[in-house]
Amino acid sequence: MQSGRLLKYIAIRLLQAVPVIFGVIVLCFLMLQLAPGDLATVLAGESGGASEAYIAELQARYGLDKPVLVQLGYYIKNIMMFDLGFSFRHSANISELLAERMLATLLLMGSTLVLSLGLGVLAGLLASLWVGTWKDHVISIVAIIAYATPLFWVGLMLILAFSIKLDWFPTSGMEDVVQFYEGWDRVVDIARHLVLPAITLSLFYLALYARLMRATMLEQRGLDYVTTARAKGLNERQITVRHVLRNALLPVVTMAGVQIGGLLGGSVVVESVFAWPGIGQLAFEALFSRDYNLLLGIFLISAILVVVINLIVDVIYVLLDPRIRVGS
Amino acid sequence: MKTFWQRFLTNPRVVCGLIWLGLVTILAIFAPLLAPSDPFAIVAEPFKTPFSEYVFGTDSLGRDMWAGLVHGARTSLLIALIATVSAVAFGTMVGGIAGYYGGFIDDILMRMTEFFQTIPSFIFAIVLVAILTPSATSIIIAIAIVSWPPIARIVRGEVLSVKGREFVQAAIIAGQSDSGILLKQVLPNTLSPLIVTGSLLVATAILVESALSFLGLGAPNLMSWGFMVGSGRSFLRDAWWLVAIPGVAILLTVLSINLVGEGLNDALNPRLRDL
Repeated sequence: MQSGRLLKYIAIRLLQAVPVIFGVIVLCFLMLQLAPGDLATVLAGESGGASEAYIAELQARYGLDKPVLVQLGYYIKNIMMFDLGFSFRHSANISELLAERMLATLLLMGSTLVLSLGLGVLAGLLASLWVGTWKDHVISIVAIIAYATPLFWVGLMLILAFSIKLDWFPTSGMEDVVQFYEGWDRVVDIARHLVLPAITLSLFYLALYARLMRATMLEQRGLDYVTTARAKGLNERQITVRHVLRNALLPVVTMAGVQIGGLLGGSVVVESVFAWPGIGQLAFEALFSRDYNLLLGIFLISAILVVVINLIVDVIYVLLDPRIRVGS
Repeated sequence: MKTFWQRFLTNPRVVCGLIWLGLVTILAIFAPLLAPSDPFAIVAEPFKTPFSEYVFGTDSLGRDMWAGLVHGARTSLLIALIATVSAVAFGTMVGGIAGYYGGFIDDILMRMTEFFQTIPSFIFAIVLVAILTPSATSIIIAIAIVSWPPIARIVRGEVLSVKGREFVQAAIIAGQSDSGILLKQVLPNTLSPLIVTGSLLVATAILVESALSFLGLGAPNLMSWGFMVGSGRSFLRDAWWLVAIPGVAILLTVLSINLVGEGLNDALNPRLRDL
């Protein structure tokens, strides 16, 4: 595809994302209104540390004495300037706090994505090749169980088995801070901490992708182009790898894009189980300190992240599938 | 050609699922008889191991785990069912109106549906429950709000596909009102995909409810499985069964609903079976 048209496509998709982001901001504002207590107290956090001067400043900055629609205007303006407010509990700006914690969450989500896509595609592929045999049944039974297991419970059971009983992996955190590891040692240390949370978060998606992959592989195998390829004299292996696999991957990629929001939700649970210092753990802390504004900031940033990742997936999709013509 | 019931009830997965669900339903309905004491009441010393005088032992405060499990079954099933029914009702309304009227109304309603499908649903549910303060009602509202979009899309698609058919045209010519046509002619035809999706939504609702109560966002006066796992987690090292037992209850219930839901799908759409 010509790069000009691709750029135009990206620009159009970016424009389509604007109303979604705007909607999320309005939704956040509405939820702020629903929160118990008056808006200034909610914005200040319920830690009671807010001085009268600070409350007055908040009232001016968010226009709290003005009509609701004007308040919404102030709210949008503040968010546009990346000002999500201040968290007393953490004595930090919410946007800085989120930026600081985002990396840990992205690391967890990235590893989960690689693990669940890699193993899920492989398991689904094998199940489709072994269709009807006992191996296929084992894969689908494991998948359907993994699909029904609550994340927090898997996490705790893995901690019980691999941290408490076997002592292979640490129970919590992202690294051993007291060891002051540097360079490669630090990477190994973080990787050791990452294993259990990433497996926990992966299981559900692994099952989802395995089931989807198996279904699309079987569906694709019955289509005309496979018959043509066979008539051409290609052997089954070539047909599977070169033709069927490629086409079966597309729905899995789409599904992975759709599931990003779910993955973020899952990481709140997994991070709170493993004390993984990302935005999920931050959300868990915010729940306890009733820091609603921080909670809304996390929701807002997650929604923006989902929109951005969906955009990236769409672009990858266009690059992968030559049948999709941009602009048509 | 086998009938629906023959296809449905001869499926071993469905039978397993139905047996467990039947059991859990009985426990839930008769919870006050099976475990008369308040599940929050302290009945014995803490950390009694299972199979002692208490079948499933006692928790870290000395509460009866068995009472927790049967009352938890009640909470999980009730919240999940009410939330799903609300989501199906709302989704059907939105999808039905969008598909039936089309045009501008359809555009607006479908953008709204996409919007609710895009935003990270579990985080949205957490924020909603936290802000509305945790209670059975706020949990039901939150689960329903994040669950309706797929229903709306399915109903809209089905409505679009039957709208042009003769029996609907005939009803229009016969002068039936729009709502009458929607309820009596169009919606009955969307029933089978609705039942399948609805049953799978119940499973998701149980998972969401248990995750919320695990995070401390459960209804404070209702015992729930997720809450039991959450309150047992600090004692994982010495009393792992406090976490294991309620977790298995969630797992088996969600699994059973999924098995039955998929069995329904297979039995309703026999041609898709071998895919």
